[in-house]
Amino acid sequence: MLAIARQRILGQSFQKIRPAVSVLRSYSSAAKQITVREALNSALDEEMSADPKVFLMGEEVGEYQGAYKITKGLLEKYGPERVLDTPITEAGFTGIGVGAAYYGLKPVVEFMTFNFSMQAIDHIINSAAKSNYMSAGQISVPIVFRGPNGAAAGVGAQHSQCYASWYASCPGLKVLSPYNSEDARGLLKAAIRDPDPVVFLENELLYGESFPVSDEVLDSSFCIPIGKAKIEREGKDVTITAFSKMVGYALKAAEILEKDGIHAEVINLRSIRPLDRSTINASVRKTNRLVTVEEGFPQHGVGAEICASVVEESFAYLDAPVERIAGADVPMPYAANLERMAVPQIEDIVRAARRACYRSVPLAAAA
Amino acid sequence: MATAFSAPKFAAQPFTTISPTSQHKPLKIPTAASPFLGSTRKLLRLSSSSQLNLRRRSSGSVFAVSDVVKEKKPTPIPSLLITKEEGLELYEDMVLGRSFEDMCAQMYYRGKMFGFVHLYNGQEAVSTGFIKLLKQQDSVVSTYRDHVHALSKGVPARAVMSELFGKTTGCCRGQGGSMHMFSSEHNLIGGFAFIGEGIPVATGAAFTSKYKREVLKEADCDHVTLAFFGDGTCNNGQFFECLNMAALWKLPIVFVVENNLWAIGMSHLRATSDPQIYKKGPAFGMPGVHVDGMDVLKVREVAKEAIARARRGEGPTLVECETYRFRGHSLADPDELRDPTEKAHYAARDPITALKKYLIENNLSGEAELKAIDKKIDELLEDAVEFADESPLPPRSQLLENVFADPKGFGIGPDGRYRCEDPKFTQGTAHV
Repeated sequence: MLAIARQRILGQSFQKIRPAVSVLRSYSSAAKQITVREALNSALDEEMSADPKVFLMGEEVGEYQGAYKITKGLLEKYGPERVLDTPITEAGFTGIGVGAAYYGLKPVVEFMTFNFSMQAIDHIINSAAKSNYMSAGQISVPIVFRGPNGAAAGVGAQHSQCYASWYASCPGLKVLSPYNSEDARGLLKAAIRDPDPVVFLENELLYGESFPVSDEVLDSSFCIPIGKAKIEREGKDVTITAFSKMVGYALKAAEILEKDGIHAEVINLRSIRPLDRSTINASVRKTNRLVTVEEGFPQHGVGAEICASVVEESFAYLDAPVERIAGADVPMPYAANLERMAVPQIEDIVRAARRACYRSVPLAAAA
Repeated sequence: MATAFSAPKFAAQPFTTISPTSQHKPLKIPTAASPFLGSTRKLLRLSSSSQLNLRRRSSGSVFAVSDVVKEKKPTPIPSLLITKEEGLELYEDMVLGRSFEDMCAQMYYRGKMFGFVHLYNGQEAVSTGFIKLLKQQDSVVSTYRDHVHALSKGVPARAVMSELFGKTTGCCRGQGGSMHMFSSEHNLIGGFAFIGEGIPVATGAAFTSKYKREVLKEADCDHVTLAFFGDGTCNNGQFFECLNMAALWKLPIVFVVENNLWAIGMSHLRATSDPQIYKKGPAFGMPGVHVDGMDVLKVREVAKEAIARARRGEGPTLVECETYRFRGHSLADPDELRDPTEKAHYAARDPITALKKYLIENNLSGEAELKAIDKKIDELLEDAVEFADESPLPPRSQLLENVFADPKGFGIGPDGRYRCEDPKFTQGTAHV
């Protein structure tokens, strides 16, 4: 507790530790708590009121108040011309959003989950991401595609895939993935203001979680720069990179490792494309060990790219092989126990970190 | 194998002077008399069995257009549809399109052009008929067969030719190519390789026009969007999704189907359960019109009505233009599946020859004047080829340009600064 207090006083607002919510609530009454849902809603609200060219479209965003209530209250405030309930036509309405963006409007297209974006992926990649290039700069596409990504709870194989690595491999796109409320607000605002197509990957299970935010975050001009990762927790023994929900897991794993005397540095990527290789490599050069954590499928995943980047740029600094933690290489099963096994858990991260620090039997079989 | 189009038994009407109703019954249902080659057998069966149904279903839909046409019943002296200036403009545009495409074929076989090249020979009436009615601010969205749409919309021939040669002076600096023509100045927003991809984008452009008028309160914004696509696209889901949304939100768009009966080697009849595409409009609540796409004046009449409808805010229209491409699907297509009789039939209905005949017979112009236009176009193209030849290839540094509007999207480099701030980045020597 005292350690936390000391670090807060040291004052860098980026140095936020994420202990259990209850602890912080009792500590600070000045810091406001908002849920990720509220953060996203307020970001959309403020951007829509600031710029009349911003409009929302998606299934159930209007009268239903949003499938996950992210767009609650916006229909009443801005009217049906700016908050459009679309028919179930992902390919069609995504293309309409892209066409509107060609002419300078700023659509925020919601996919009920990013799994449904596969019906529209042609428009996201071919007519949004590549257009500025194909037209040699004549047509830019200031559009945001947002929605929940990755596994929820018991929703089965077709509703649980993580699309971070698919979109992040495409030039012309920016791919963001917030973790807490501050990330959600700052990154969504940055995404809406950005002149390029942005894929904004949220997480359904995080919508209801509360995080403390400072007054700076609540200001309507608050933006987080795209392309910069954040060091959520400083350490010196092993670097753990993560994004979205896995940041929370990584932080909890870091606390467990702390008891073993392993001080883990947790990096919240925030931006999958462009990846903040500079922060990651600087951290690895400090700690000499790397564990990447992600929820998606392991092959060609975000972790694969980070590991390759670190091997290319900081090979001489590595004291142990890079470790990748990812979801299981299977479509997401439905049964609760199988689902638990298919997604990384805190124990997996702890085990991998220990392996990287040679504090356990060397890896014989996968987790 | 070629059962659908062997020995066509149509009552081919000789190609007479173009007057508005000479080829069509008032309700615009292609009947046995319509030379919809290749389909007549099926159509005969269709129309005889469900004549009543067809009439009933389409009467409501084409009502608006058929009225216009009804007023122009054939009289002994057909009233002229165009003035001399308009006629010459149409002629010049079609000749430009045709000559340009022929030049493309030449250049391709000489190795100056490469990749996928899809030529528009034979379909010029559709492009000219529609696009010449638009204002600069109206938008056009096309497919990979977009050279002539670009030319009709006003993109200079030089820019298009350079783009095809892959030179940096092209309309997209050589980064787009044959299938991706964009010009924000002329409001040509693509150029899409995936069929059906352009339709939602066009619907979005129409949406923007409406949004600007109603939400952003730019009161005089009445821009219309035209979406051009083919018969194969009309079986694609995105087409139907956009028909629905355009009619639902009453967007100022005209969906123009260039039905040339063939999707590479797939005959329209083999691919479509109901080959009469214009009928799909009324199913979504918009008028569906069929027009002879080899006749630029007819296309123009229909286009006038459809574009005016959209501009008035009455919503979308689906126009099916029956047309034909004289060449293969692309320059790599051996074009073996199409019946030579079919090709000959449509070659006899060449839109340029037809317009020439109309102009001369109606004393709007003379041989000499038209030949002068031909010559002018030839010279224009010679100049365009020369310009393209002499233009430089894109420099190395251009590779990384224009990926993002905000190049910070390339992220932060190993030195901790944004990559795009490194001066070597745009010189093409920075590490990617």
